[in-house]
Amino acid sequence: MSAEPAPGAQAAAPSGSRRRRLLALVRKESLQVVRDPASLIIAFVLPVVLLFLFAYAVSLDIQKVRIGLVLEGDGASAHSLAAAFSGTRYFAVTPARDRREVEEALVTGTLKGYVVIPQDFERRLNSGGTLGSPVQVVTDGSQPNTASFVASYAQGVIQYWLAASGGGLAASTGKRTVPAIEVRPRFWFNPEIESRRFLVPGAIAIVMTMIGTLLTALVLAREWERGTMEAILSTPARIGEILVGKLLPYFVLGLVATLLSAALAVYVFGVPLRGSWLTLLLLSATFLMPALGQGLVISAIAKNQFIASQLALITGFLPAFLLSGFLFEIDSMPAPIRAFTYIVPARHFIAALQTVFLVGDVWSVMLPNMAKMLALGAVFFVIARLKTRKSLDV
Amino acid sequence: MKLFSPRLRAQIKKEMLSILRDPRARIILIGPPLVQLLVFSFAATLEVKNASIAIYDRDGGPWAQQLAEDLAAASFVGPVYNFHRPEEVKSAIEQRRVLLAIEIPETFSRDLSAGRTASLQVIVDGRRANSGQVAYSYVEAVAANLGAKIHPPGPRTDLVAVRHWFNPNLTYRWFVVPSLAGILAMFTSLMVTALSIARERELGTFDQLLVSPTTPMEIIVAKTVPALVIGTTLGMLMVLAGSIFFVPFTGSVPLLVATMMLFILSNVGVGLMISAICATQQQAILGAFAFAVPTILMSGFATPVENMPKVLQWIAEAIPLKHFLVIVQGAFLKGSPLDAAWANAWPMALTAVATLGAATLLVRSRLH
Repeated sequence: MSAEPAPGAQAAAPSGSRRRRLLALVRKESLQVVRDPASLIIAFVLPVVLLFLFAYAVSLDIQKVRIGLVLEGDGASAHSLAAAFSGTRYFAVTPARDRREVEEALVTGTLKGYVVIPQDFERRLNSGGTLGSPVQVVTDGSQPNTASFVASYAQGVIQYWLAASGGGLAASTGKRTVPAIEVRPRFWFNPEIESRRFLVPGAIAIVMTMIGTLLTALVLAREWERGTMEAILSTPARIGEILVGKLLPYFVLGLVATLLSAALAVYVFGVPLRGSWLTLLLLSATFLMPALGQGLVISAIAKNQFIASQLALITGFLPAFLLSGFLFEIDSMPAPIRAFTYIVPARHFIAALQTVFLVGDVWSVMLPNMAKMLALGAVFFVIARLKTRKSLDV
Repeated sequence: MKLFSPRLRAQIKKEMLSILRDPRARIILIGPPLVQLLVFSFAATLEVKNASIAIYDRDGGPWAQQLAEDLAAASFVGPVYNFHRPEEVKSAIEQRRVLLAIEIPETFSRDLSAGRTASLQVIVDGRRANSGQVAYSYVEAVAANLGAKIHPPGPRTDLVAVRHWFNPNLTYRWFVVPSLAGILAMFTSLMVTALSIARERELGTFDQLLVSPTTPMEIIVAKTVPALVIGTTLGMLMVLAGSIFFVPFTGSVPLLVATMMLFILSNVGVGLMISAICATQQQAILGAFAFAVPTILMSGFATPVENMPKVLQWIAEAIPLKHFLVIVQGAFLKGSPLDAAWANAWPMALTAVATLGAATLLVRSRLH
């Protein structure tokens, strides 16, 4: 399996020269990183761009949705309800008299839905449901999120309007306007429900995955591709030393990028950091173990930059984006995929990172997640060690 | 009648071979994107299922027990924890063991029996506010049903009749699968082309082109055609897989193929530009990522384009993926509306012309 030299050969080297050898390797690799503008751009420019986008572009917060409002009726209450729709800050309303005017806009996607207030609106409202619903809402279901938003807020507007102006109407039909059970929500750690607050930690995890996994995989794959890896393997340096020398600069680069991203998040984008910087740093250092380990495994398997980049995309970047739980809830996924997410390092990182930012240093969350990341890191390093042999491929 | 001259055909053949010669590269171009389509279409859901919840019942009365039973039976609920002390609730939320906790006050059953409005407190983990909001609305519905059972008429539920066009049950997968087909096809075509010129420069073979009679235009065409063929084939394969397994396909196949080609072309243009600028493959791959990641974030896949600030919305107009998502979603769900296809096709065509033109100029400047 392994063509490593006998232990005796290694023991001959005094420890002082071994340390010097390691330092020289680290120095050489660090110089390579610093000289490469691409690595520095990924480490320092991309975090800024990503955080900016996560803070402003990727917003799950409620905004004005464009809807059509078809006012077929002419009564006073129909007009009053139409005014209520135009007045709400959740909708940007395009008025119409005929539903055919807005149907086309729904197909092309310029409107996300429309509300119809029919001619016999008042009669339907007072009939207590025997004539059918007084208001119809049609949405563009091709965007399910927006569609359910339109439906539920349209309902909200009408309930509110009824309570404010039409309370008498409802009372006359003998209906309760207040629910029997009133539910009050409290969102802990994020009372204003700002999506930025839980998305930014996700952005940091993505940046770290890019540096830890993609960049490392590429750099090492290039060495294999060019044959310089084999050249360095033929030196007396041990595999462990070579790998440490290669990984250490990226470890430092990753930590610096995390600190930069976190500083931006806290001081520019106003995300609170309720835990300590030290914990944040410790978490990031822990995450870099599996991230770098994965990059190492990818490069050892691929030994080619194109394949390495595809593998890093497929096994590193996309899972960190889609299977890590910051955009999509893991508990809602089917059981096999849920099981798979345990081997996505970003999953554990993001859970801990969101806690450090929004809750504080809750060690009962940090420690299990850190243990899982370290375990994954150990597995990756063992695989990488087995795949990197001190021999040439035949 | 020959479309390309023999010299150009030979170059196209060479480029095709340089991509597909490596058997591992052949597998990695087709296999993983299809697997990803499968995995991510199941994973990317905004519906809440199997959520862990806590119930802190300070009442213990009959209605509180009824509510707890109704909640435990609700389809979105997974494990249920019953707590008896506020500290237990606090630590369960803090440690992410539950998504939300329902606190039933002492007077709950008494209020309901006396005909008063009873209140209910729901504590949601703000770290997962996204799914927390959805789960909260489910809790509201459970409470409203119970309320209506206890005090019959309840608030009017007949006020609004809602119909969702194109996707009556709002199945999120119907949105995800078409979008993923676009995103994965984009990644592949971008990566293949970003590497092409950069690899030649890194390996030194680009210098050989200097002494050959090839023109910059020919180089671009020769590198564009294979990427276009591979990207479009992959994209249509994913559309096929998507329509077999997940989503009804209602639109026009020829129209989708044509617009898919435009979409791939515009990404090929970007890829070639990156490739012509970068001196090494590593830079080119990182460049492709630096383009692709913001593109996905701004395309309307993660969140609607309309939620973004105006300036970013203008920038998004130049993003081919943003337009293609509208087209491919329309092709699956809306029967390929022609005017929407046209409104989104010409911006892609414009991007394709601009980026391919810029790539040609860049290659020319590199040759001289």
